[in-house]
Amino acid sequence: MLRRFALFLTLFAACFVVQLFVPWWWVVAPICCLGGFWLGRAGLPTFGAGFAGVGLGWVLAATVPWLLTGSALPGRVAELLKLPGGGITLVAMAGLVSGLVGGLAAVTGWWLRATRGRGTFESRHTTTVE
Amino acid sequence: MKLWPTLRATLGVILTVGLTWALDTKLGQAPPLGRFLSPFAGFWRNMESGAVAAQEELHVPGLRAPVQVVFDQQRIPHVFAQNDHDLYLAQGYLTARDRLWQMEFQTRVAAGRVSEIVGDKALGLDRYNRRIGLPEAARRAAVAMLADSITKPIVEAYCAGVNARIGELNRATLPFEYRLLDYQPEAWTPLHCGLLLKLMALDLTGRSDDYRMSNVRARLGKAATTDLFPDYPQLEDPVIPTGTPLDFTPVKVPEAPDATETSLQAASRNSLARPFKAPQGNYGVVGGLASPVQRISEIKKSAESAITAFNITADEQAAIGSNNWAVSGARSATGYPLLANDPHLALNLPSLWYQMQLVAPGHNACGATLPGAPAVISGFNQRVAWGVTNVGADVLDYYKIEFVDRARTRYRWDREERRAELKIERIKVRGAADVLDTVRWTHLGPIVQDFAPRDKPFNAQAPPGCALRWTAHEPANELRTFADLNRAGSYAEYVRALRHYASPAQNFVFASLDQDVALWPNGRYPLKYPGQGKFVLTGSTAAEEWAGWVPHTHNPHVLNPARGFVASANQFSTDSTYPYYLGWDFASYARGHRINEVLAATAKATPEGMRALQNDEVSVGARDLLPTLLPYLPAPGGALPSEQTALALLRRWDFRYAPDAPQPAIWEVWYSLLQDAIWQDNLGTDPADPTAPPLRYPARDRTRRLLAEAPDSARWFDDTRTPDHRETRAELVRRSFRLAIDSLTRHLGPDPAQWPWWRQRSTDIKHVALLPGFGFDDVKSGGGAAIVNATTERTGPSWRMVVALNPQRPQAWGVYPGGQSGNPGSPFYADQLEHWRTGKLYPLLYLLSAEEPDARVAGRTTLSE
Repeated sequence: MLRRFALFLTLFAACFVVQLFVPWWWVVAPICCLGGFWLGRAGLPTFGAGFAGVGLGWVLAATVPWLLTGSALPGRVAELLKLPGGGITLVAMAGLVSGLVGGLAAVTGWWLRATRGRGTFESRHTTTVE
Repeated sequence: MKLWPTLRATLGVILTVGLTWALDTKLGQAPPLGRFLSPFAGFWRNMESGAVAAQEELHVPGLRAPVQVVFDQQRIPHVFAQNDHDLYLAQGYLTARDRLWQMEFQTRVAAGRVSEIVGDKALGLDRYNRRIGLPEAARRAAVAMLADSITKPIVEAYCAGVNARIGELNRATLPFEYRLLDYQPEAWTPLHCGLLLKLMALDLTGRSDDYRMSNVRARLGKAATTDLFPDYPQLEDPVIPTGTPLDFTPVKVPEAPDATETSLQAASRNSLARPFKAPQGNYGVVGGLASPVQRISEIKKSAESAITAFNITADEQAAIGSNNWAVSGARSATGYPLLANDPHLALNLPSLWYQMQLVAPGHNACGATLPGAPAVISGFNQRVAWGVTNVGADVLDYYKIEFVDRARTRYRWDREERRAELKIERIKVRGAADVLDTVRWTHLGPIVQDFAPRDKPFNAQAPPGCALRWTAHEPANELRTFADLNRAGSYAEYVRALRHYASPAQNFVFASLDQDVALWPNGRYPLKYPGQGKFVLTGSTAAEEWAGWVPHTHNPHVLNPARGFVASANQFSTDSTYPYYLGWDFASYARGHRINEVLAATAKATPEGMRALQNDEVSVGARDLLPTLLPYLPAPGGALPSEQTALALLRRWDFRYAPDAPQPAIWEVWYSLLQDAIWQDNLGTDPADPTAPPLRYPARDRTRRLLAEAPDSARWFDDTRTPDHRETRAELVRRSFRLAIDSLTRHLGPDPAQWPWWRQRSTDIKHVALLPGFGFDDVKSGGGAAIVNATTERTGPSWRMVVALNPQRPQAWGVYPGGQSGNPGSPFYADQLEHWRTGKLYPLLYLLSAEEPDARVAGRTTLSE
């Protein structure tokens, strides 16, 4: 449980910081893939850690400046894209879209490691010690 | 055992890569969703607060010395440079910082390159703008501005400033629209400045009646056409006051070719026009016609397919125009001249104009600039003020070309054959193969429409097989005029500045501290025989060509007239004693007359009075005509209750188009239906056949004269579609009134008192790319077409300025329907809209030095290399 939380925290922090400096939004995919590869534990929790780690970062990074500026832009974009609910829907969409990429990338990392035949973190750890 | 994990991992990789790719790719009309929605790299970065940095230092490559920029509360930059080079570099940089996408998009429109961004839906627009030769005209303009030793360094510095901004763009500062439409800006060159000026020329002089008039003549014959479309209106109040003496000896005016019908005119009867099919629907039944409410929406619908420039249709273009005037010191409360200007153009966001103060040693100009062009266009300095309105002169003619070979490469001209130059236009289309288009250029100009259209033509005003002769194609250096005006200090310097100006011809109003007020309807006018170019001309004889140009000193002009003021509102430039023919169809005299009557009645004009006059809502058109129609009502058979109420309202109307008044809605719908009732049978364009040769109605002045003076049973009142019945004026007046009330009842409810004008007229301010949610629809405002406050559905005062000259420092006020920022995520995107809507003006800050303290200063920025 703690480890899964660690994966989430790692992905959240790594993705957030790297995105501040790297111009490509999709950088979250390789980060999550690596994270899932090294720190993944099982399919669903790894997906969840990637989803929440990336998605929450996007939700926060969108909401905080929106609240600070009070900009009308998210409302206008929502109208343009014919989304009901205004800017909030866009925040949710940003979280969902980025979460999907993060989650999928993380679980793919975990699945990639599983192809080595050492399906769990424990078995790999044990093997290494032996 | 190992098969499943491998399969699973492979699937995961494919899904992850596929999803990431899909979210990073523009699919259809949608932007690349991942990139667009990312708060680190996407549109969220365009959110701005209203804060203006109190102190800021910016590095701008290319500057020779530090430039001080003072921002005021509307975030208008006041630029203090130590030399002209730095001034215009800073202007380019600061304008691009606020308006880059807009300025670049507008030049793409002019260049016929919108399909590169949005795909084949812009193909019609791109083809048209290339076929009328806008890119070629811009190229010639760029050559002219670079050939002038004054404007060359100005333009080059301006371009360097824009490019400095483009060079520093990153994911945080890339304008919103680039993210949405997923493309990048390209480097700014003098050609881009030329493209912008030519787009303005298209907007202001791109309309043509030649084809429609030829079709009218083919349909009605010469006598009736001359009667219904006279060369000068009955009611007029020209820009140059009647009786102003000529101060030049006119050059010889060309003579009209043989008065007998030319071969083209004969040809036009046979081929330019086809027999008219009456539209479906019987006028005799109320409700049988499309209601006028639908008619207005029809106009809006056509905007999607036939945008000519700045998002408005050719029909809406007819409503563009402007007001300007200057009152002499003797008639002003301040003892010094007052000047006002409000150009009526398409109402778009980002705003067409960008306010700036531009200061360098020797000059200090302030006012409205055009994003994409250096210098102030409508403004003032310490000694003079100036402003512009459009001149409706006919500077665009079509010539029917007689090709002699099947490939249409050679055409007849006098007794020789000439070869047309074939230019291949390659239009890049996003997501599709390039489209090639061959344009035939004759010595007169390009063939815009090759053949009679099989489908709806992009612009129905372009006659098939005709070459376009247009002053916008003439190389000239309009920028020089504005650069010189920014520095002008006297009437003589103003006139010298105007010499460089060709197109689009403008009424340049002027006032100076020397107590001069003046007005020149100024531009390069072709030397024509009277009536030349009213119809499609024949391109096969030299006698029909423009004979040269009206000398600049012979342009109409007036200095310090006895009445103590000068004014223009797009009406005829002169009375009929002016020796040159400039055109036959200028804007109605209504706005100009109203301005003149108010100014003439004002003994001591004040800036507040100027502001009020800019917002004047009196309709001279309604005042002239309505009283002659009311005696026909109610019909002898009695009136419905709603008709009685409407009639009572009209009888006590003061002819003001106030936003909440119901009378303008009643009158406009009624007049529009009455006009259809009179002219549609003979001059209506069949709505069911988009390829039918277009026709037009007579000018409002002629319809008014018919209604006021013709006998009750005049020929034009009879509906030729009802052969067994002869309609009369009284019948049409009553029937159209009943139909108007019926239509308004269905649209706005049964009580005429609840038919506010603003809801019927409905002004929309739209984003330049027509993005839903990025404009303001149904803005509640008064005024209307042919009214001083000329706010219509899509056009209106795009900038209002009042200047009071004063030896200490000029005082000025201004507003436009938008804001300084082009960023829809900024509070400065449309912060001035409410002031504009309610007719208020902001006092403009005019600083004499960068260090001068003022409560309206919000921040100071230093630009340095």
